[in-house]
Amino acid sequence: MSKGVVLVLGARSDIARAVALRFAAKGHPIQLAARQSESLSKDKTDIELRHKVPVTVHEFDALDVASHAAFVDALPELPRIAVSAIGFMGAQAENETDVELAIRVMRSNYEGPASIFSHLATRFAGRGSGTLVGISSVAGERGRATNYIYGSAKAGFTAFLSGLRNRLAEDDVHVLTVLPGFVATRMTEDMDLPERLTAKPEEVADAIVKAVAAKRNVIHVRRIWWLIMLIIRNIPERIFKRMKI
Amino acid sequence: MRLSGWGNFPVHTAEVSAPDGEAALVSALQKGPLIARGNGRAYGDSAVNRLNTVQMRRFDRMLSFDADSGLLVAEAGVLLGDVIEAFLPLGWFPAVTPGTKFVTLGGMVAADVHGKNHHKVGSFRSCVSWLDLMGADGQVRRCAPDRHAELFDWTLGGMGLTGIVLRVAIRLTPVETAWIRQETRIAANLDAAMDLFEASHDATYSVAWIDCLSGGAQRGRSIVMLGEHATLADLDRKQARAPLSVPRKRPKSVPLTPPAGLLNGLTVRAFNALYYRNGQRNAGTRLVDWDSYFYPLDAILGWNRIYGRKGFMQFQCALPLERSREGLTALLKAISAAGAGSFLAVLKRFGPQDGRFSFPVPGYTLALDFPVTARTRRLMERLDGITIAHGGRFYLAKDSRMSAETLRLSDPRAEAFAQARKDFAARESFASLQSERLAI
Repeated sequence: MSKGVVLVLGARSDIARAVALRFAAKGHPIQLAARQSESLSKDKTDIELRHKVPVTVHEFDALDVASHAAFVDALPELPRIAVSAIGFMGAQAENETDVELAIRVMRSNYEGPASIFSHLATRFAGRGSGTLVGISSVAGERGRATNYIYGSAKAGFTAFLSGLRNRLAEDDVHVLTVLPGFVATRMTEDMDLPERLTAKPEEVADAIVKAVAAKRNVIHVRRIWWLIMLIIRNIPERIFKRMKI
Repeated sequence: MRLSGWGNFPVHTAEVSAPDGEAALVSALQKGPLIARGNGRAYGDSAVNRLNTVQMRRFDRMLSFDADSGLLVAEAGVLLGDVIEAFLPLGWFPAVTPGTKFVTLGGMVAADVHGKNHHKVGSFRSCVSWLDLMGADGQVRRCAPDRHAELFDWTLGGMGLTGIVLRVAIRLTPVETAWIRQETRIAANLDAAMDLFEASHDATYSVAWIDCLSGGAQRGRSIVMLGEHATLADLDRKQARAPLSVPRKRPKSVPLTPPAGLLNGLTVRAFNALYYRNGQRNAGTRLVDWDSYFYPLDAILGWNRIYGRKGFMQFQCALPLERSREGLTALLKAISAAGAGSFLAVLKRFGPQDGRFSFPVPGYTLALDFPVTARTRRLMERLDGITIAHGGRFYLAKDSRMSAETLRLSDPRAEAFAQARKDFAARESFASLQSERLAI
């Protein structure tokens, strides 16, 4: 049996490329979708050469939510698996003073992914099968001064995925929430991240491929983050508000 | 971050960036002298610049493949192992491969690596059609044997000191199967091993493991391994069903760094004796999968850690043919007298070599590794002297400790290389700790 098509949204990110390569290595045809999709042609060739699967490239703007229905309709084939690696962090300091930028961060990490997943969810439910993989973040588990604009949007997306999973359980559509901790990508290049807690994009991709096969619901990448976030979530607010983390 | 080569010695704190495009590389050039770094498999400090080490891992796309000619164009950060994974199933194999598949194409260019077939085909440059090199001026030049030929010549083996390799076009070689027909032969001493090599010029691949500790009549006893790409007719029925794939083995890894001193004269002597006996048992011809044949050490991830935290040093020299017997004997005597044998001592016959600064010389090469101690450093200096006295030279991809004077005594080309770097205006823009140490 041929493997199902995997749609990778936000395909220019480091994690997205790793995810596309891992699924391609397993024999899945790939649809790459991002803004400035012409820049994806090198990735298309690379994936095709490495793994001999067909790869198509699609223009997709997460923030242009009005275009999302048409985007899904225009895909050559409704994918079996859709992965959202859409995300934009910005710098917290700028996010605090530049409200417009902050709103862009919120929309990129919540509104855009939730919108495209809503369209895909309805079609997957109609078909009675499919997997939606949302890459959210542990930053959404509790708002912190250093990262709460991004974190709040990820919190929204995490809650959205949880609700979507609940709604689609009866339709045999699988929703996987991925909660990476730190990941060494271009987005975090200038941050000084602790090595033991920082995953490579390939680790995130491996974890996703495994979790899709095992139909897991929520995964942390680098499992230690499950424990770290358990602790962070349980610190009383009166103490937490004075902490610098 | 803390950075070293594969030998975990020397370790330095270095500023490392990972640019994601040519524009970002140009910005890195503007920051000051830099060295491009591939997968960090050079043993010493070849790919370390304290202020400006440029990681090439984001240049890792395969760009095109011509299924008629076997010409692959890929970015410099692509790993050799990924090339094999992609093209062996189609019946293509790297025409030249070093002893690990965890190297980048850019690194293979920089060191102008050689493989077990050097005596037949020469070094990596023999399969490089062209390469794109970013020079000190930020311009990208396509270099080939007939185009910017001088730059091409100095770049192969130039240790990344002529510019940044961006893209490489290499010719792969067609194979029928993923298997190697290996013939293992025992040589009772160095003379016998060399005679075996001299009688085996027609073998596609040849290499020997050599026991550096035995003395007397057994000095230089070796296990010589010859290899041919197996044809379909060589495979059994099960293998022939999928001739271009082999069962995957799970890589093992060294789980922790053992205390220094675990590898001492005693354990190494015991290992060498065992290995030799094992070789005697396996003498004869058998089929070996490509991974076990070419990359036995890759199966043990992180094997470099067995030498402990202090790391280890490699010694690899090449001796001209007419001085090889005498030179190798003197080297082996010095090693066994010091009682500091090496786990992995490799002897190989080199054939003709092109290029301006590539390592191989027609003759013999000996490669050894030693844990880092004051005693082994003194021994390596003695080995340097013996090599120079016999007209030999050293492999820069393995070096972590040689002096500028040693390099110049061993290799008159070093001065010309330094001059060429000046001519290309590369000296102010490309530098590694090794190039500074060696004054090239």
